[in-house]
Amino acid sequence: MTLLPILVLAAGTYAFRLAGPLLSQRMTLSARVQGLLTLCAIALLTALVATATLTAAGGFAGWARPAGVLAGALMAWRKLPFVVVVVGAAAVTALLRMAGIG
Amino acid sequence: MGHVDRPLIRDVAAVAAASGVVGASFGAIAVASGLSVWLASAMSLFVFAGGAQFMAVGVVAGGGSPVAAVIAGLLLNARHLPFGMTVADVLGARWPTRLLGAHLMVDESVAFALAQASPERRKAAYWLCGGALFIAWNVGVLVGALGGRALGNPDAIGLDAAFPAGMLALLLPSLTAPARRTETEPTADGALEAERLHEAQVAAARARRVAGFAAVIALATTPFLPVGVPVLLSLLAVGVALK
Repeated sequence: MTLLPILVLAAGTYAFRLAGPLLSQRMTLSARVQGLLTLCAIALLTALVATATLTAAGGFAGWARPAGVLAGALMAWRKLPFVVVVVGAAAVTALLRMAGIG
Repeated sequence: MGHVDRPLIRDVAAVAAASGVVGASFGAIAVASGLSVWLASAMSLFVFAGGAQFMAVGVVAGGGSPVAAVIAGLLLNARHLPFGMTVADVLGARWPTRLLGAHLMVDESVAFALAQASPERRKAAYWLCGGALFIAWNVGVLVGALGGRALGNPDAIGLDAAFPAGMLALLLPSLTAPARRTETEPTADGALEAERLHEAQVAAARARRVAGFAAVIALATTPFLPVGVPVLLSLLAVGVALK
């Protein structure tokens, strides 16, 4: 890959990033619209979590990763510190892989 | 930024450390698939979106054209537009901070902002997380690109589970307990407090419905659509769940 496609990708990404704040400045957003935008972010982030947990290259990611995320979710639900959640999820997945579970 | 406290710094540091390790693996993979060290670093500085970077390098390494790589990366990054509308308030109204803040918009900084109760804390969390990730990611990429082959596969230490788990932990407050509003509000009388709690519970239930639909839409369409599109389609969940 050369510099040109990288710069195009960078410019396009930055345009997406800047468009949101500029658009919301143009319009005065009611509390209801603000609430809907928060729901949009929740939908996108949940979709990211779901696909990143369960899928890899369009197929099933194997059992080790979702098991680790589930362990992390339980720890987060029990209000354990964030660091414990992140490290715990990684540890469960790594241990399962070491045990030969994909 | 007087609203940065120790727990926030600790949480952000954990995500930044993980991001640095993933960045190192990106640097190693990018160089192994033919990018020069400086191109890998330039990409990380200017694009600063891990998913799209892995995707673009992967497309080209797999024999795809640079045009296909750019389109795939842009599809994946289109979600930043709605993200930006949600976090517009934390970027402020001044141009320098707005231009800089927009570049620091990544899934994690948005999720960290979303998890905070007050506007001041939203702002602090966004900037701290975005800034820390920018540094960690770019240092990681450079180290990986230079150190290359010595680095193992980050999946072996479970980092692919760490990111969704962390994101889920940040989402959980929006989906369950009402966000506590302590600082600015005067202690209201019991009836007002109860009404507020009820409103927050209704909002959390609505958020849960949207999240559920979003996950189903994204998962059901992932086998059939290019990466990035299922996540964008999940926005339909907002309409479906509100009916």
